[in-house]
Amino acid sequence: MTTPRDLDDTQPVRISDTGTYPAVRTPVIQLDDVTKTYKTGAVEVEALRGVSATIEESEYVAIMGPSGSGKSTLMHILGCLDVPTSGTYRLAGEDVSTMSEYQLAQVRNRRIGFVFQQFNLLPSLNASRNVELPLAYAGVDRAERHERALAALTRVGLADRVRHRPGELSGGQQQRVAVARALVTDPALILADEPTGNLDSVSAEEMLELFAELHRSGRSIVLITHESEVADAAERTIRIRDGNIQDAEPVSAGTAR
Amino acid sequence: MSWIETIRTGLEAIVTHRLRSALTILGILIGIAAVILTVGFGEGAQAQVAGEVSALGSNLLIVTPGSTTSTTGVRGGFGTASTLTMANATALSSKTVAPDIKAVAPTTTSSEELTYSTTNWTSSVVGTNPDWLSVRNETLAEGRFIVDSDVTNHAAVVVLGSETAEELFGIRDPIGDTVNVGTAPMTVIGVLNSVGSSSTTDEDDQAIVPITTAADRLVGGTSRNTVSQILLEATSQGTLSAAYQEADYELLALHNITNPTAADFTITSQVQLADTANSVNKTLTIFLGGVAGISLLVGGIGVMNIMLVSVTERVREIGLRKALGATPRIIRRQFLAEASFLGLVGGVLGVGLGLIGAAVIPHLVSNPIAISAAATIGSIVVAVGIGIVAGVYPASRAARLAPIDALRSE
Repeated sequence: MTTPRDLDDTQPVRISDTGTYPAVRTPVIQLDDVTKTYKTGAVEVEALRGVSATIEESEYVAIMGPSGSGKSTLMHILGCLDVPTSGTYRLAGEDVSTMSEYQLAQVRNRRIGFVFQQFNLLPSLNASRNVELPLAYAGVDRAERHERALAALTRVGLADRVRHRPGELSGGQQQRVAVARALVTDPALILADEPTGNLDSVSAEEMLELFAELHRSGRSIVLITHESEVADAAERTIRIRDGNIQDAEPVSAGTAR
Repeated sequence: MSWIETIRTGLEAIVTHRLRSALTILGILIGIAAVILTVGFGEGAQAQVAGEVSALGSNLLIVTPGSTTSTTGVRGGFGTASTLTMANATALSSKTVAPDIKAVAPTTTSSEELTYSTTNWTSSVVGTNPDWLSVRNETLAEGRFIVDSDVTNHAAVVVLGSETAEELFGIRDPIGDTVNVGTAPMTVIGVLNSVGSSSTTDEDDQAIVPITTAADRLVGGTSRNTVSQILLEATSQGTLSAAYQEADYELLALHNITNPTAADFTITSQVQLADTANSVNKTLTIFLGGVAGISLLVGGIGVMNIMLVSVTERVREIGLRKALGATPRIIRRQFLAEASFLGLVGGVLGVGLGLIGAAVIPHLVSNPIAISAAATIGSIVVAVGIGIVAGVYPASRAARLAPIDALRSE
């Protein structure tokens, strides 16, 4: 964590903090013996039982596992939507395990771009306003917000859909808007939770191409899925089962397009 | 995130849920309109009383016989005779006795049948002196008023109120004609201008005769030298209490009363008359205002209810906003902005409805409604306050939602 000044939500985000790293690269994600236990009444459920993993900058990693394997819990912890019961989690070098809810909101805003299975766009806002949302929470002024949102939408090939509301867009287009929203803050990590789960095969294919393209331009991407075809698109797959990582072997470079 | 952005977000949420917002606003609107109208009704009634009382005359003191005591009610004079006499009135008009009293008008009042030709009309006949005109703030429409010589000569002359003149003479000019007051024929010498009727008595339906004439021809008997009231006019607003003291002192001396609490007369000022009338109005206003306040409270609970529903319904949206970096503080502000805006719109529309009501209702019922700027601004402030208070709990609930729980819910 840097200075407390950084946590003031009235200050604009300085993305460049993470952009210029010294020669030794900091891993984007460092998980060290992370556990998560839920208490449901008297019953304790161990969702994660000591997960350790490292994801380097510019890596494209798929986290794969069947339902109930703990991958959703892992995704929530990676996304700073939840905190580990024990162990440490460093996101771009910062230990987020002990942060307050307020600090976590800042980290989510600056360091992470989310893409959800359900798209999660606000139906009352047009594409541009949806993409602008994280910038608004970062305190970026309106003109700059609009400019950056337009750039992000152009990047995902929706420059001509800026004024459309989610209801007027196809599923594939909605998910592209969501990707643009994830990109717009220039985060250290793009975290995609089953991004193709609600898309038809053609749109799913296009979505994976988009991720591959973002990866080629140097983005760090973590993709959570239960489908091996989707996982194959990534450079490396981390398999998780019963709250433990089973193996973390890199797939052959050829499969990553 | 700036306040402007937060408020904008709140407004968008209100617009998105139009029907629900409209119904919430309706609750506040009705409450505020009810408060505005009841307060306006109360103030209007007080203004009306103040108008009526000042129409009685300026800087007026009214001396009436008898007094109320704490134990026995009204203390009267011997028999049914009044304790106030013509001599008392004459004494008070002395500048050495009462320098702060400008004019003194003793009056006797009786109800008589007035007859002109074949028309008759029962009216209140007041016997008084020339000072009555200025003391009562009345003016003449035509002719002349009673003069000192009329009083000295016990002249058979009468001045008619505007309504009395119209009832007896219609459109004809009554000046110079003879009217029978009871059995006594009297010449009409003047007609008073209309002052409008008060809620209790019709000031335009009366006939004024010289007090001496009234004593001879109308009252008679033991009441001959007594009067039913003495009207006093102080020299100015500032000398009103001095005039009161002088009259009180002099009358106590004339009546040989040493203990002021045993006085057999009462001096009432206009202020006291207004206070008495207003105390009833105030009670009514407080009661009605209380009922209106309860409806406003119900409106406020409505806002809280809607905001709570809104939080529950928008759990997913809140979760998403949090995932995108909204801090609890921003979420809280967004919901507070929504609630206070609902209050503000309800307040403004309620004031609007209140103003329309204040313009329309007096045409339907005779009560005037006075709307003050303070009440208007006050009710808008109260409406926004209700919105904020009702919004605090739902807003803090929204802010406390965990982002994952929020995102998970379908």
